[in-house]
Amino acid sequence: MTDTAPAIELKGISKAFGPVQANKDISIRVMPGTIHGIIGENGAGKSTLMSILYGFYKADAGEIFVAGKKTEIPDSQAAIAAGIGMVFQHFKLVQNFTVLENVILGAEDGRLLRPSLAKARGVLKQLAEEYGLSVDPDAPVETLSVGHQQRVEILKALYRQADILILDEPTGVLTPAEADHLFRILDNLRAEGKTIILITHKLREIMEITDTVSVMRRGQMTATVKTAETDPQQLAELMVGRKVLLQVDKAPAQPGATVLEVENLRHVDADGVERLRGISFDLRAGEILGVAGVAGNGQSELLEVLGGYREATGNVRLNGTPLPLSGPGSDGRARRVAGIGHVPEDRQREGLIMAYTAWENSVFGYHRDPGNQSGALMNNAAIKSEAAGKMERFDVRPPNPNLKAANFSGGNQQKIVLAREIERNPDVLLIGQPTRGVDIGAIEFIHQEIIRLRDAGKAILLVSVELDEIFALSDRIAVMFDGRIMGERDPSQTDQRELGLLMAGVTEDPGENAIAAIDARLEEKENRKQPRHG
Amino acid sequence: MDFATLLQVLDSTVRLATPLLLACLAGLFSERSGVIDIGLEGKMLIAAFFSAAIAALTGSVWMGLGAGIVSSVLLSGLHGLASITFRGNQLISGVALNFLAAGLTVLIAQDWFSQGGRTPSLMGAGRWEAITLPFAETLRAVPVLGPIYYELISGHSILVYVALLCVPATWWVLFRTRFGLRLRAVGEAPEAVDTAGVSVVGLRYAAIVICGLLCGLAGSYLATGLQAGFVKDMTAGRGYIALAALIFAKWRPWYALMACLLFGLLQAVALRYQNIDFGGITIPVQVMDALPYILTVVILAGFVGRAIPPRAGGEPYVKER
Repeated sequence: MTDTAPAIELKGISKAFGPVQANKDISIRVMPGTIHGIIGENGAGKSTLMSILYGFYKADAGEIFVAGKKTEIPDSQAAIAAGIGMVFQHFKLVQNFTVLENVILGAEDGRLLRPSLAKARGVLKQLAEEYGLSVDPDAPVETLSVGHQQRVEILKALYRQADILILDEPTGVLTPAEADHLFRILDNLRAEGKTIILITHKLREIMEITDTVSVMRRGQMTATVKTAETDPQQLAELMVGRKVLLQVDKAPAQPGATVLEVENLRHVDADGVERLRGISFDLRAGEILGVAGVAGNGQSELLEVLGGYREATGNVRLNGTPLPLSGPGSDGRARRVAGIGHVPEDRQREGLIMAYTAWENSVFGYHRDPGNQSGALMNNAAIKSEAAGKMERFDVRPPNPNLKAANFSGGNQQKIVLAREIERNPDVLLIGQPTRGVDIGAIEFIHQEIIRLRDAGKAILLVSVELDEIFALSDRIAVMFDGRIMGERDPSQTDQRELGLLMAGVTEDPGENAIAAIDARLEEKENRKQPRHG
Repeated sequence: MDFATLLQVLDSTVRLATPLLLACLAGLFSERSGVIDIGLEGKMLIAAFFSAAIAALTGSVWMGLGAGIVSSVLLSGLHGLASITFRGNQLISGVALNFLAAGLTVLIAQDWFSQGGRTPSLMGAGRWEAITLPFAETLRAVPVLGPIYYELISGHSILVYVALLCVPATWWVLFRTRFGLRLRAVGEAPEAVDTAGVSVVGLRYAAIVICGLLCGLAGSYLATGLQAGFVKDMTAGRGYIALAALIFAKWRPWYALMACLLFGLLQAVALRYQNIDFGGITIPVQVMDALPYILTVVILAGFVGRAIPPRAGGEPYVKER
């Protein structure tokens, strides 16, 4: 250890929300000029801890030291004054303001805007040169790509002269190339002596960029280690508290007959933006087709069209029979009857009714099946006992069908949805973001279930924004960008870089000019997406 | 229609548009800060009553104005308490305040004056006097421009000029000052304001107070400028028309002026031409009177293009976990 005082030191921080102990006696030292990773599963308490540091919550107990000095941080204002800046996972930007207006908001120099705007323009130009953080200062934020919006957030913090920058899950919404660019910016910031706290659940990022890493589990800090002295396997164990398989074991696929044929699928949403622009692919029995892409490039719409809750044009054939894509017979129930199961991306809004019990949820979409009827009424006793069986087979904890869906953890909610769809034995299963917000232990189980289904000869369409997941499960990978499939790859013949470029719409390797090529494509896309104003 | 008549109609347009404009700008401040205010009507009504009542009791229109503003700001504060501090439903709070104002005004009026829920007619210093602008008399003889200056521009009460000046003032505050930037931000993305270390609650209360103040002016003008005293339900839906104008104006001050003048014109035409003859077909007065309301329905139904309201409108701000 060096003699310099830590940039941030937390001593014995505790915070409870009602009966839930989100942070328990946490102590941590973050040295200046380093990138300090904080890793942990969802709900481990990472975000709560950072919110305390940024003055969003008041700790029940504990002390905060900034640069060796005990500091009270009752609100964000105090955090900013102490030189702490935060880049939230969900950006805190005013969408219809320009970049400049967003940057000065709350940090204006006087009662009138003009001088503040002029000053900010100069500072932004300087920051752009210094750190490679270039954004058009006069562009309205809503016209910027997600990566650029994130830069605006970083600029906001730097404009307030933050020395300590906290980034909460910064890469969740970025293409791999954008994430690389972000890491280069972080590198520059570290070189200039800034301290960075990086919160993530991605082991790869921790290994790639951090100097030190702290692991959180169930509200407690379980370990702080030098990144160079650890490895992903050890970190995963520290996060979960037991040994985990990071790799999914699977045999080579043995694809059978074509089950689902999709031809020239097109969809225009309510805002008049064309979200699917001619999608075609075949899906065979016994294989997993992974659809990779950054969120918002049409993958959700693809699932929703096939799942029967968006109308579209084009041709879709299931086992050779055309499916109606609009009008009667194109709804979700009809699709399920036809043999297409659907695990929606947003399980809390589309997969489950949170206020209903697990057994009620276990039957949605299939509630009109004869087995679930008893005369004019639902056969609740049968449904309930079947639900109990499903919950046991899918290891849902607690295995109590009378609990409301809202009372289960994310992973267990997902298992309830999976059980419902898989046990119906569909020919095709659509799965969106199977492990979003799911802890590592449950991820393992869910992945194995998906592979088992494939090996049972089902056709699986998997949509995920987690590239690691796509690689782990898919037998073929299709990459979507801006409503189109940019290409299809064999997972054993491709790598993160190639897929990353495809995810940004770049089909030919641009070599050194990757970032410029990506920026150009992303800008093109945002411009096309602007709704026509009346 | 001759020139003189046209001027009279336009003159009356300006008068009738004034309370609408003040209420519309009041709503603009409130809604730009993310607080939906359906209670403009109630605030105008209570201000109308107290300004007329106090003017009648003291004989001073200025005292009346002060009382009107205070009552309106208090009512506004109540809306703030319900919708900002206690995070209640803003629509329900607004509707409740409208009912409260409608009942309270008549009740107090009856108790104080015993004239069937109205105030005595105001006379002399109890009413706003018309201001004759400099040189109005002299310039009257100049063809075309003279009458326009004399009839249309000069000769209104001070509140009319205040209302008109409020338009550029609102624009300037909104788009040129720190307060305006923050106000617009808090109606779009309160979380951005909060994380920037600025108080969401403070900004919204500030907006609510301005809203109350402007509604106070609107109500006072109604009872002590446009008319000479308070009568039951005298706002007659003007608060709702102002809301429609606000949507029509897409929450922008200059557009708000245009929208309010349009509504004012419709009201002026209805007042002036009770029955209009179109070559044998007579359009009855009821149709003319209904025109502003019909336009309101048309606007609120969204027939005039898409108006994008402030994104955080109607939602109490709760810090997310």
